Amino acid sequence: MSDVKTLATVWLDGCSGCHMSLLDMDERLIELSSQFRLVYSPLVDCKTFPEHVDVTLVEGAVASVDDLKKIRKIREHTRVLVSLGDCALTGNVSAMRNSCGVQLVMLRVYEQNADLQKQVPTVGVPALLERVRPVHEVVPVDVFVPGCPPSADTIYQVLSELLAGKVPTLEGVAHFG
Amino acid sequence: MNAEELEQIAEAAHAERAKFDYEVNVCMGTGCLSQHSDKVKAAIEKEAAGCGKKCHVRRTGCMGLCAAGPMVLMEPSEMRYGHVHEGDAKEVIASLGGEPVARLDPHLGGYFDGQNHVVLENSGHIDPEKIEEYIARGGYEALVKALTDMNPASVIEQISKSGLRGRGGGGYPTGLKWDTVAKVKGAQKYVICNGDEGDPGAFMDRSVLESDPQRVIEGMAIAAYAIGATKGYIYVRAEYPLAVQRLTVALQQARRRGFLGNGICETTFSFDIDIRLGAGAFVCGEETALIASIEGKRGTPRPRPPYPAVSGLWGDPTLINNVETFANVPPIIRNGGEWFSSMGTARSKGTKVFALTGKIQRTGLVEVPMGMTLRQIIFGIGGGVPDGRKFKAVQTGGPSGGCLPEEHLDLSISYDALISAGSMMGSGGMIVMDDTSCMVSVARFFMEFCMTESCGKCVPCRAGTVQMYELLSKICAGEATHRDLNQLVELCEVVGATSLCGLGQTAPNPVLSTLRYFKHEYLAHIDEKRCPAGVCELSPAAVEVHA
Amino acid sequence: MSAEPNVRTLTINGEEISARSDQTILEAAREHNIAIPTLCHLEGLSEVGACRLCLVEVKGARRLLPACVTQVAEGMEVTTHNAKIDRYRTMILELFFAERNHVCSVCVANGNCELQSLSLQLGMTHVEIPYQYPQLPVDASHPRFTVDHNRCVLCTRCVRVCAEIEGANTWGVMGRGGQSLVITDLKQPWGDSETCTSCGKCVQVCPTGALFEKGRAGSKVRKHPEFLPYLRIMREGEQP
Repeated sequence: MSDVKTLATVWLDGCSGCHMSLLDMDERLIELSSQFRLVYSPLVDCKTFPEHVDVTLVEGAVASVDDLKKIRKIREHTRVLVSLGDCALTGNVSAMRNSCGVQLVMLRVYEQNADLQKQVPTVGVPALLERVRPVHEVVPVDVFVPGCPPSADTIYQVLSELLAGKVPTLEGVAHFG
Repeated sequence: MNAEELEQIAEAAHAERAKFDYEVNVCMGTGCLSQHSDKVKAAIEKEAAGCGKKCHVRRTGCMGLCAAGPMVLMEPSEMRYGHVHEGDAKEVIASLGGEPVARLDPHLGGYFDGQNHVVLENSGHIDPEKIEEYIARGGYEALVKALTDMNPASVIEQISKSGLRGRGGGGYPTGLKWDTVAKVKGAQKYVICNGDEGDPGAFMDRSVLESDPQRVIEGMAIAAYAIGATKGYIYVRAEYPLAVQRLTVALQQARRRGFLGNGICETTFSFDIDIRLGAGAFVCGEETALIASIEGKRGTPRPRPPYPAVSGLWGDPTLINNVETFANVPPIIRNGGEWFSSMGTARSKGTKVFALTGKIQRTGLVEVPMGMTLRQIIFGIGGGVPDGRKFKAVQTGGPSGGCLPEEHLDLSISYDALISAGSMMGSGGMIVMDDTSCMVSVARFFMEFCMTESCGKCVPCRAGTVQMYELLSKICAGEATHRDLNQLVELCEVVGATSLCGLGQTAPNPVLSTLRYFKHEYLAHIDEKRCPAGVCELSPAAVEVHA
Repeated sequence: MSAEPNVRTLTINGEEISARSDQTILEAAREHNIAIPTLCHLEGLSEVGACRLCLVEVKGARRLLPACVTQVAEGMEVTTHNAKIDRYRTMILELFFAERNHVCSVCVANGNCELQSLSLQLGMTHVEIPYQYPQLPVDASHPRFTVDHNRCVLCTRCVRVCAEIEGANTWGVMGRGGQSLVITDLKQPWGDSETCTSCGKCVQVCPTGALFEKGRAGSKVRKHPEFLPYLRIMREGEQP
C-alpha cells in the first residue's frame, strides 16, 4: 500500500520514558500499525538509519558528539522531524549539568563517587559536549511535542495526524513537565 | 534682595576687577585638573606676584577644548592657550599686553569659531565658587525680574514662547511641562534637577555644574516660582565629586545672598534646594526611577501614567528637568522667549551643548545653534578625524541613540531630523568613529552597557538585552548564522515595543541603526567570517570551517 | 452624590462593555470574562507592571499599554489579542523560560505553576531563543520553606505580600538586570532572618516553584493566593 509511511524513533540523551509512553498507547498501537512501518528504533533490530524516512520521533537532548552526528544524519534523511518530550525540546534533566559544566559532572561521577578505578573513561564512549542542547538548536525541527513524558494520548494524537498527512497542532494541548 | 542690591553687588565685583589690567583664567574643570592645571595655576600665580603687572589669576570651570588641557584664557584680550604646563608660566605672564606665545597654540584651530555660548556663557570666565562673579555677568537678574515684574503665568509664557525643549534627551517642550505641573492642584510641589548624566562619552552636565552652578540654581528657582514649588532637589551622580563640591558651595552662597530660603527677594516666595547623590545606576536618569531613588527606594522605574507632573516625589506634583534645560532658563527670562527662539530651526530652538569625543582631532565641549550640520561640528569645530584615517560614523544619543554614516554628515541637527535618520539628540554625547571601528562591535558595546545597566524589573529588558548581547557576541566571533541575525532583529522589535521604561525601549537602537547603515559589516562576519575593520577576533574554528 | 458619573463605556475586542471609572483595563476585562495573561499581577497586591504579558493595544496610544495599571476611559478601544500582541507575549514567555533553569519535570510546582500554565495558554510549544543556564543558589535554611532561585521569575509578589500584607518587609530585591535576586533581609540565609514571621504568605503567592513548603510537592499541592483580597479588606477595615 502506497500510503503506508515509514516511521523511525531515536533515543538520544533521555531516560527512555518517552518511548515507554509510546508503548503506553497499548491497543491503539495495533490500530495505527497498519498505517506505518517501523524502520528504525531502539525497539527494533535495524542498525543503520534508512535513506528515506517519513516521520522520525526524537527522544532526548543532544549531549555528546555521537548524538550530534546522529541527529544531523537523521535530519538529512527525514521528511518530518518530531521533537518528542522535554529533553528533546528544552534539554530538561539532561541539560541540568549545563550550569555547572561537564568537567564537574565527570569528576563527581567517575572519581568522587566511584569506589574502584577512579578515572574518567575516554575509550569506547563518545565525548560529552560542553553544553547539552535541545534538538532544534542543532537542526531544524518540524513538530514539537512537549511533556515529560508526553502522555500516550498526546502521542496518539500526533501520530494519527502525521500518518494522515496533517501537521499536528499541539498549541494549548500539551505543556512542559 | 532686590534689583538695586543686585546691581550693587555687580558693581562691587566690577570695581574689584577694575583693579587689575589683566586677568588670567586657568581651567580647573575635571579634564584640565587631570592634567594638573592646579599646579599650573599655582605657578602662574607665583609668576604674576612678582611681575609688576596688575594681574589677577582666577580659577574657572571648563573652557571647552579638553583635548588641549590645561587651558588658560586671558582677559581682556580673549586670547587662549592650550597645553600649558608649569614651566610655561613665565612666558604666559610675559605675553600679557604683548605678543602671544606661538608655541602655546593661541588659535586652537578655530575651535571656538561658529560656536554660540548661551548655556556656557560664563564657563571659563567666572570662578564657580564666587557668586559675585556670576552676578557681575548678569546672574540672578532673571530671578529678580521674574519675582518682581512677572507672575508665574507670564514666566511660563516666556518659556513656552522660547520653544525650549528638554535637553535630557526626550525633547519634550519645557513650557508645556511647566504649564502642566503649574495647573495640577497640590499643597506641596517639587522641582527636581536631573544631573544623573550617564551616557558613555557625555560630560555636558558635569561641565555646567562644575563651571557655572549658580545658573542651574537660578533656573530651578525660576521654575519653582512658575509652578508653585517650595522645595527642590538636585540629583547628581556621586562620580562627579567636583561638581558636588562646587554645587554645595554655590547653594551655601545662594542661601547667604537670599536667593534661596524664605521670602526670596522681599516677596512671599520661598524655595530651597538639597543635593541628592546617585549611586551610579544609569537607569536613575529615568525620571520615575530617579524619584524612587530620592525617596530612598530601589532605583527602578514604574509605569507612567501617572506622570511625575501629577504624582511624582512622595506622590506630589513634581517638575523634573535636566541640568542643561535649567541652565537655559535664566537667559530666556533675561532676554525674552523671542530672543531664544530666534536661534535654531523651526521646531528645535536655541543652542545645544555637545560632548565631542572619540576619533576626533579636538575633543571637548561645544555649544552650537540648533540646525548646524554634523559636518560643521565634526570637521569644522572638531577638526575632523586624526591620523589621516577616514571618517566612518558618528554616534549620538548615547546607548539610546544610533550611528550615522557619512551620507548623513550634512544633516542639520534638530530633534526631529536625528530621529528620522535613526538616531536621536539624547543628552548630547557625540562619539566620532573612524574606519578602525567595527560597527558590530560598537553595537555590542552599547548592548553590553544596556545589559549591565538594566534594573531587572521588566523581563524584556532584563533578559532580552542579555540575549541580544550574546547574539552580537556570536556575530563578532564569526559563529552566527542568518537564523541568529533574524532572531536579533525580532528581539530588537519585541524589547523595543514591550519594555517598561526608556532604557529597554531604546536599547535596540544602536543595533537597528548599525543594521540600517552598516548591514554589510554584519553580513561579512556571518557569511565571510571576516571583520572588515579588523577589530573582532573571530573564533579560529569558525574561520576554518568557512575556508 | 458625586457630580462626575463613575461609569465608563469602552470596547474590548469590539465588544462594548461598561466599567467603573476607577477600574483598570484588566479588571474590566476579567469581569467580562475576557482573558488577558498576567504573571506579576495578583489580586490584593499593588501593581508593578513588570511582566509585560498583559500589554494591550489601545487605539490612539503610541505604545502598547499594560492592562494591569491602565485605567479605563470613556470611548477607549482596546484590543487584547492580535497576531502581533500574541507574538510579543510568546517571546516574553520564552525570555522567562530561557533566563533561568525552569525544569518543569523535576519541579515541586509541576502541574501547579503559573508559568507552565501560561505556556499552555499562549500555545508556546518550545523555546526558540537560547537557554542561559545560569548557576543559581537554593536556600533551604528556613525550617519550613525553601527558596530556589532557579525557578524565580522576579515577579516580586513575595516582596510585595511581605511588605503590604504581612508588614514584615523581609523580602527585597538585590542586584541589577539579569543578576537580580530576591533576598531575605540583607541577603542573610532565610533561616537566620530576624524579621521573617514564617507566615508563609510569600510561598502562597509565588507563581512558580521558587518558593515552596518543605516536604510537599507535586500537582496536588495547590497554592492559595485567593485569601489576599480578604486580608486586605479586613486590614483596611473596609466593607466588602
